[in-house]
Parts: sequence; structure tokens; C-alpha cells
Amino acid sequence: MTAHVDKRSADDEIADLSTAKHHLQVRQTAIYVYEWPVRLWHWVNAAAILVLAVTGYFIASPLPSLPGEASDQYLMGYIRFAHFTAGFVMAAGMVGRIYWAFAGNVHARQMFVLPFWSGKFWREVLIEAQWYAFLRDYPKKYVGHNPLAQLAMVTIYSVGSIFMIVTGMALYAEGAGKGSMFDMAYDLVIPLTGNSQNLHTIHHLGMWAIIVFVMIHVYAAVREDIMSRQSMISTMVSGWRMFKDDGK
Amino acid sequence: MARVETFYDVIRRQGISRRSFLKFCSLTAASLGLAPAFGARIAEAMETKPRIPVLWLHGLECTCCSESFIRSAHPLVKDVVLSMISLDYDDTIMAAAGHQAEAILDEIRHEYKGRYIAAVEGNPPLNEDGMYCIVGGRPFVEQLREVCSDAMAVISWGSCASWGCVQAAKPNPTRATPVHEVILDKPIIKVPGCPPIAEVMTGVVSYILTFDKMPELDRQGRPKMFYSQRIHDKCYRRPHFDAGQFVEQWDDEQAQKGYCLYKMGCKGPTTYNACSTTRWNGGVSFPIQSGHGCIGCSEDGFWDNGPFYDRLTNVKQFGIEANADQIGGTVAGVVGTGIAAHAAVSAVKRARMKSGETQAPAPSTTSRD
Repeated sequence: MTAHVDKRSADDEIADLSTAKHHLQVRQTAIYVYEWPVRLWHWVNAAAILVLAVTGYFIASPLPSLPGEASDQYLMGYIRFAHFTAGFVMAAGMVGRIYWAFAGNVHARQMFVLPFWSGKFWREVLIEAQWYAFLRDYPKKYVGHNPLAQLAMVTIYSVGSIFMIVTGMALYAEGAGKGSMFDMAYDLVIPLTGNSQNLHTIHHLGMWAIIVFVMIHVYAAVREDIMSRQSMISTMVSGWRMFKDDGK
Repeated sequence: MARVETFYDVIRRQGISRRSFLKFCSLTAASLGLAPAFGARIAEAMETKPRIPVLWLHGLECTCCSESFIRSAHPLVKDVVLSMISLDYDDTIMAAAGHQAEAILDEIRHEYKGRYIAAVEGNPPLNEDGMYCIVGGRPFVEQLREVCSDAMAVISWGSCASWGCVQAAKPNPTRATPVHEVILDKPIIKVPGCPPIAEVMTGVVSYILTFDKMPELDRQGRPKMFYSQRIHDKCYRRPHFDAGQFVEQWDDEQAQKGYCLYKMGCKGPTTYNACSTTRWNGGVSFPIQSGHGCIGCSEDGFWDNGPFYDRLTNVKQFGIEANADQIGGTVAGVVGTGIAAHAAVSAVKRARMKSGETQAPAPSTTSRD
């Protein structure tokens, strides 16, 4: 599947990057970063999150009442069905994505790894934060996520979405009933939240956390695409990251 | 007291016919979800087994559990169950008082060591050495510990004993504490509800007497047969929920039509109890059937999960009470504004850089196309 794609390490690629600087004068450098499973997962997951947030909101605050016989309508039922389906897509996607973190290239692992003990990492987080705070004229170049993005990815997205999947499964168990396979999640979560209402509340707050993450994520991607020195959005489509100012 | 009397003896002594007795047995079997054959087994147990003494203690509570229990719907249940168990101590309804009443506790503890049930209504407050609840001149927590120490099992009646209920709601000034956090070495059956359903209470007792064992409990210690489903799962208004038909105002047309009370803050979807199947007052009705949402009285901490009339719970950690949507919406608004401001500054900066590039070239590695 990755016939034309080299399986080289990130160091090789960065080495290439510097070689490219010397040898390829005007050409842009491009590196294959996101393999197809990662890209597929990203967009399927994005669609799932959109469906989950919209239907989730309408589960908590339903649409205006429908007239007519109850047997003629199934609006709330469809909304909940869409929510559960998208939830399972997200959960299955997360399982696949975690698998790919082991099977895929080094960039596939970034979302789950936080180099907490690395001083270099935190220094570069600071540098990136300064770039966003307009205190630096130019950001550093990264093949994958920059350190600040990686920090947000791991702490908000990865932890947050796993939290949403586990609490979501526990909520699903309430309808699926005792003895269902989802009871495991229920038994795991309920002692921590005390009761089902609290579980609903934190799951709802989790939705807002993900929404805020998505807002920042989309903004940062668009902005970086325009302002920084590498491609962003097209990278998640094609997999190739273009470096705009190389070789000049 | 040591005289062994079977349930059947007591029943007949009270003038109840054998026919009524057998009816009760088959009804009990049905209410416990058992096969018809178990009716005969219950009857046999009642005829042969000695009555189990029950010591019914009252801590911080409002007696609504007792009120519910004595109204147990089926007349036989009321007449029989109160006599079936040998209710040797219940300071609210017993004839004896004072030292004579308290002496019964010691008597039962010694004569039936390890063979009686401690039924606890209410809970002990632990602040100020338990001085907020005094029974017989001593803190209730001492009486509770003594009586439970020799019991074979403990039944926590109601939300007070099971979870803490209103007296344990924030900020819980008396440190009212549920029974399972004080009694750590005995099996405890929680029968939550404020009050619990009468038939659930008598059902639990009947089960223990019949089978000589505890009913199967869920992870939180409640009998599975009554607390494994939500009100919502068996609610007769559920079709309106699935259809998206809701009461929007208390006096609107939808309310008259009996639509779902979800938007009026019904806690049925988060409350585990048997109200929508067993119902109340002899199966006459239950809150939702009467047009009012469930307030979730059998759930842990339900007083702190207000308001009763809103689906979204207030999150107390935020000084001003706000629900998840208000908190999340505010954060998203602030972040959105921040993004807009950041984008504006970015655009200005980029424009300035571009004009700067034309005058003085930027460092070689950073020039743009």
C-alpha cells in the first residue's frame, strides 16, 4: 500500500531536508508525512465529530415538539441513532488509529506521545507559543506536528476523545441494559461520577471541550497554511508536506 | 421472645384464610419475577421457617420510608409482611417506649446473634461526635454500630441510609453519612428512593425470608430485580420521547396530551428504580403518570443535581450556577473572539511583513515566494 513511500525515519527526512536545501535550488521540498490510514481516519473522524456534536446537542436540548401521532414520528429516535452510530465510528476509528500508531510511521505516533521529560520539547513549545503570541517573526519548521500542537493534540484531543468514548459507552450501556458488553464501561465510570446525571453532565462538558479544540485546530491549520513555512490542509489530503521557503 | 413462631402461624392467628395466604405467595412470586412454581415454595417457606427478627433503626430521616412501607399496596402485604418479619424494634411504631424499648435491642442482639436483620432508616451524622442525632440519650451512630455488629445483614432503607439524601446535600453541615460508609463489615442491601416503593421494600424482605439469602445486588449494592432499569426504559410516555414529542410548558396542549416530560427536566433517563413498572399506591400511578417529571429521588446525590425542572444540571464548581451549555458556550465564545482577534493581528502582521520584504530582504531561510 505504501509502495512508493519510503519507510525512512524522521531523521532521514530532516537530513534530506537539509540536503535538499543545498542541491535543489528553487524547488520546494516535500515530505510524505501522513500515510493514507491517518488521512482517512482524520476526515472520517472529523465527520463523526460533527455529527456527534450536532446530534448530541439536540439530545440534551431537543428540537421543538412535533405534532401528530407518536407512531408517525421517530425524530428523537433518528437523532439518537445517528449519535450512537457516529459514536461507534469514532470509537472504531480510535482503535484503528491506536493500532496505526504502532504500525505506521513516526508521525502516526505523535498524537499519543508526550515527551514530558524532554527539556528540548518544552523549550520548543515555548518558542511556538511565542510565534503565536507575535513575539517571534518566524516559527521553526517541523515535519509533523509542532511541539505546541502536539501538546494540545495529546492532552486535549487524544485524552479528550478517549474520555468521550468511554463515557459515551457508559451512557450507551444505560439503554443497552444490564449484562450488555457496554456494562463494563458503565461499571467503570459510574463509581467515579456517583450517578448517571453527573455522567451526562461531564459528557456534555466534554462535547464543549472538543468543540473548542476543533475551533482552535481549524483556525491554527488555516493560519499556519497561510503564515508559516509549510503546508497544512493539503497535507492532510495528499499526505505530502510542502516546505515553502526551502532552497532560496 | 425465644418462642419460635412461623410466618404461617402468625398469619393464621391474624385471621387470614389459607386461600388469601396462598394468593399472597403467588403474587409475591410474580412480583419477584419468579416462575409460578415458586409460589408453592414461598408458601412452604412461610409455613416452616421461623420468623427472622428485624430491628428497624431510625437515624436522621423523615419517616417517609416507614410511611411508604406501612402503605404497602396489597392489603395482604400490609397485614402479612408486618407480621411475617418479627419486627421487634421500631421506635416509630412500637408500643413500648423508654428503657423497655431500648432493652429489646440488647435482648435480640444476644438471643439472635448473627441471625437478625438490621433495617436502617435514615443515616448517622458524624460531626460533633454524632451529637446531631440522639436516640435513647446516645448518639445514633453508636446504636447503629452496636446493632449492626451482630446482624446477619443490613438493609439501608431509602436514600438517606443508601446515599445520604437531603441532610447530606451540600454543604452537609452535620456530616450525615450513608450507612455503608459507617458499617464496613456487613453485607448491605441498599433500597434507595425517597421513599422507596412499598412493594419494593416488602419484595426485598420476602426474598430474603424465602430464599435465606440476599437478593442479587448490582455494583452499587441495590437489588438488581428492582434497580437494574431506568424509569425511562419502561416509561409509558417513552414513545413520545422517541417521536420527539415533548411538553414545552406545564399548561400547554402537549401537557394535556401526555407527551414526554424530558424538556421539563424529567430525570427518568438517569434514574434507576421500578416506578414505571411497579408504580405507587397499589399500582395507581407514579409521578410521570400524574404529569410531573421524575426528580430522580433514588439516585445518589439527587438533591445536588438540580434544578428539578431542567434537563441540564447546574455545575456547582462554577461560583454562579451554570449548566454545561452555559459554561461550554461561554468558553467557545471567548475562544472564538480570541481567534478572531488573533486572526486580525496575524493579517496585519503579514501585511506589514510583505511590505517590509520589498524594502529589506528577510533572512535567507525565511523569504517567501
